[in-house]
Amino acid sequence: MIASLGLILLCQLFGEIVVRSIGAPIPGPVVGLIVLLLLLQGRDRVGLLRRGPLGDGGVERAASGMLAHLSLLFVPAGVGVVQHLDLVSSHGIAIFVILALSAVVTLVVTAAAFIITSRLLDRWRGTSS
Amino acid sequence: MSGTASGGPFALWVYLSQTPLLWLTVTLLVYAAADAVSAATNRHPLANPVLHSVWVIGVILLLTGTPYPEYFNGAQFVHFVLGPATVALAVPLYENRKVVLSAVVPMAVAVLVGGVTAIVSIVVMARLVGLPTNVVLALAPKSVTAGVAMGISESLGADPSITAVCVMLTGIMGAIIVTPLMNRLRITDFRARGFAAGLTAHGIGTARAFQVDTVAGVFAGVAMSLNALVTSLIVPVAVTLLMR
Repeated sequence: MIASLGLILLCQLFGEIVVRSIGAPIPGPVVGLIVLLLLLQGRDRVGLLRRGPLGDGGVERAASGMLAHLSLLFVPAGVGVVQHLDLVSSHGIAIFVILALSAVVTLVVTAAAFIITSRLLDRWRGTSS
Repeated sequence: MSGTASGGPFALWVYLSQTPLLWLTVTLLVYAAADAVSAATNRHPLANPVLHSVWVIGVILLLTGTPYPEYFNGAQFVHFVLGPATVALAVPLYENRKVVLSAVVPMAVAVLVGGVTAIVSIVVMARLVGLPTNVVLALAPKSVTAGVAMGISESLGADPSITAVCVMLTGIMGAIIVTPLMNRLRITDFRARGFAAGLTAHGIGTARAFQVDTVAGVFAGVAMSLNALVTSLIVPVAVTLLMR
């Protein structure tokens, strides 16, 4: 458990160091995600990596424990709304409405783009084979 | 603390409100209750645990006159786990790598189209309703996960804390809207549903997607990470073009 959490933090730390030192516009934890993904992939090919939290399913258990309550982690930042009650009272309704409309448009457009591309690809594969 | 015993309830309150213990406990207990309600309603979209935890804790802070930084002093321990949890998304991604790899092209198209749609739609509407420029700029990265969105907002010269609030609002609304909307449009492809949820509503949408379906959750996580990249690259360009 401790070693698994340590490994996850190490990936994040590595990500932060890379991002800060090259000034990339990517968040550190996203680079950490890629590093952990590479480690998990590497473990299947290189026996040397198959030890500790990477060998006994520890990192998998720690990760699913953390992701089971992903919603909890957004609560502290969400409560930050109490700092902007003046903005809420002056423009709250307008902001609320346009955020909701934008969310609907983005959801529909994204899902549509995904499905259309996927179908075109299937059709193209179907005709080429 | 012999001083608290002689100082009465007020001194005890002063002591407790200055340690992380009190607000960390409140955060966990309120969330546990909100999550229990969500589970009891069979994960109904409107029983969103983030939404209900936020307003309940907000009301507690207002009633006790507690300033947000004092609350955050305790809640920061929960907030911190956001980073490691993002790294942890590698595990479901790895476990579902075959499904993900088979959809690389649709994902690439959807993240570009969706990322641009999120930015353009909000900036255009914000200007139409006549919001002040600093609010328009703070709204632009609202579909991206909080940490990244706040960085983008800062680089635009907007107030990152307004961005954080809009990011949370978007996340909560996206998570509430996604299931009924997709059902009504008869979209049954959980890859597309999850991808749209993660792109639009970042981590909160991803958390919602995991409640519905594991494959949807995985695609949501990928969409969230990819959109963080795409939006941080597009926002500066889009804003210069749209704000002229």
